[in-house]
Amino acid sequence: MTAAAPSSLLRTLAPPAAIGLPVLALLIVLPQVIGVYQTQLLAYGLVMAVAALGFNLLLGYTGLLSFGHSAYFGLGAYTVAFLARDLGIHSMELYILIGLPVSALVSALLGYVCVRHTRIFFGILTLALSQVLWSLALKLFWVTGGTDGLRVPRPTLLAGTLNFAGSGGYPRFINSYYYYCLAVFVICVIVMWVIVHSPFGKALQAIRDNETRARFLGLRVRRFRWIAFLISGTVTALAGILWVPLNGLTTPEVLYWPFSGEIVFATILGGFRTFAGPLVGGIAFNYIKTYAVASTEYWQLLLGVVLVVMVMTLPSGIVGAVSTLAAKLRRKREA
Amino acid sequence: MALLRTEHLQKQFGNTRACDDVNFVVNQGEFLSLVGSNGAGKTTLVNLISAHLQPDSGQILFEGRDITRASVTERIKAGIARSFQIVNLFDGLSVFDNVALSVFSRDGKATRMAALAERDDAVAGEALEVLEQFGLADKRDTMAAGLAQGERKLLDVAVAYALRPKLLFLDEPTSGVSTRDKAQIMDTVSAVVRAGKVTAVVIEHDMDVVFRYSDRIVMMHEGAMLADGTPDEIRANKDVANILLGAPLSD
Ligand SMILES: Nc1ncnc2c1ncn2[C@@H]1O[C@H](COP(=O)(O)OP(=O)(O)O)[C@@H](O)[C@H]1O
Ligand SMILES: [Mg+2]
Repeated sequence: MTAAAPSSLLRTLAPPAAIGLPVLALLIVLPQVIGVYQTQLLAYGLVMAVAALGFNLLLGYTGLLSFGHSAYFGLGAYTVAFLARDLGIHSMELYILIGLPVSALVSALLGYVCVRHTRIFFGILTLALSQVLWSLALKLFWVTGGTDGLRVPRPTLLAGTLNFAGSGGYPRFINSYYYYCLAVFVICVIVMWVIVHSPFGKALQAIRDNETRARFLGLRVRRFRWIAFLISGTVTALAGILWVPLNGLTTPEVLYWPFSGEIVFATILGGFRTFAGPLVGGIAFNYIKTYAVASTEYWQLLLGVVLVVMVMTLPSGIVGAVSTLAAKLRRKREA
Repeated sequence: MALLRTEHLQKQFGNTRACDDVNFVVNQGEFLSLVGSNGAGKTTLVNLISAHLQPDSGQILFEGRDITRASVTERIKAGIARSFQIVNLFDGLSVFDNVALSVFSRDGKATRMAALAERDDAVAGEALEVLEQFGLADKRDTMAAGLAQGERKLLDVAVAYALRPKLLFLDEPTSGVSTRDKAQIMDTVSAVVRAGKVTAVVIEHDMDVVFRYSDRIVMMHEGAMLADGTPDEIRANKDVANILLGAPLSD
């Protein structure tokens, strides 16, 4: 039994660290090289990656396709906007500290309804609930600003230590805020990595693969799905919280179903069967969308075509394709 | 003493009486085979006992306690585990994880999310021990989907066994494999089950296998219990012989 004893912590952590740490180093250095505009773009990409990471706990690990994750992203965004306008709060830490429990609560409530179903019924329910939030944001314009949305001034960072008011604040803000997003991104990645490798995460994957058998291991399937939904919604809401200060404005568009579609798209683009898929997908999607929007007014059509081609040629996404290729090369070298 | 007892268990699908007034007894520590032609009601009986289905009427008593209305989870907690006629594995998880999850679930640790699953030495040790007993230890890192059919059947049993049940139901653990694999699977399963002092009920079609491994044999026919006895008694039973000859048993 000793021969096959549980691997040491080092062996567990070495593979993800071997890829993660160089990428992290690159993400730390890049803003020094690429300028403010590109830094801002990358920050948007990190935010999208966090949104997709949260989403993929449901799709990739629990086997539930939510078509309403815009609801949670928008929930985070609007919570920040209300805190800024109605309570005069301008601290990013307070946004997060208040936004997270609010998002968790709403995710728990909506999730409780959604996880009573699976497959297409689950997808339609999530979509319907997100449409409810979207129409509320439109109709209650005296609260939400309607289609104009709500402006959010640049918050202070690190408990007020970093302040970006006044002229020339913008580039300073982008530079600092990028690192703020990066830090939150890294924390989310670590937390999520631990979750999917925990007993809980394995149970989710078991439920995804074979619900009946999971029930006959004594797992309370619906409760697991519910907790997964709660975590998923909250992480995607955190992305929304991060996004508002970057965008300076939140509009009902982030609650609208096409944005849910973008989260799905980004995840599939990167590969929902791998942990890193939604991370790569979120960043890649953000670039594709930005340049597609800039180059043609038919950008949605272009994105659609890209998705169709992707699904047909690289069904396992960017990360899946790269790791298959790497495995092939390794085998060739060993042979 | 009877570990499990059903009383007048009844289950009907439309006009089909899948279980018709079944009084089924499993004794502590025995290796019992449940036989009968396709459609005899064997799987239905296991479904009723494991709470996969609700009976129309009748009672199920486990260790003297009425569990007729108990949920799946409650029955598993009480010590009743089962496998399925068709292999039911977690194909996207490793062989190790498939078995470890049973241990986590049984120990009430499956909701833990702040620690890595493979870092739980107690669970890992137990999961590896089970894999070793089933001869699957060297496949621990293989995805369940990547196993050969015979190995998949064994893993399927191992997943149920790792719950450390008092009573284990195996629904055709050797169906769909070659005759050689059949013997190997049954050798392994019966050895593990006997060593672990687990009471087992195995649904099996191959009568050679049944006679070789069973302490007792129960035969069902058209939803009812037709015969119940030791291998020798069953061998001498006219009704059983008629059915075996009249309707050749096959997978
Ligand atoms: N879920 C079900 N719905 C309808 N009929 C069923 C169902 N399960 C089993 N049956 C019927 O009940 C009878 C017994 O089936 P089953 O218990 O699977 O037999 P066995 O396992 O002995 O082959 C068969 O006639 C079968 O068609
Ligand atoms: Mg059957």
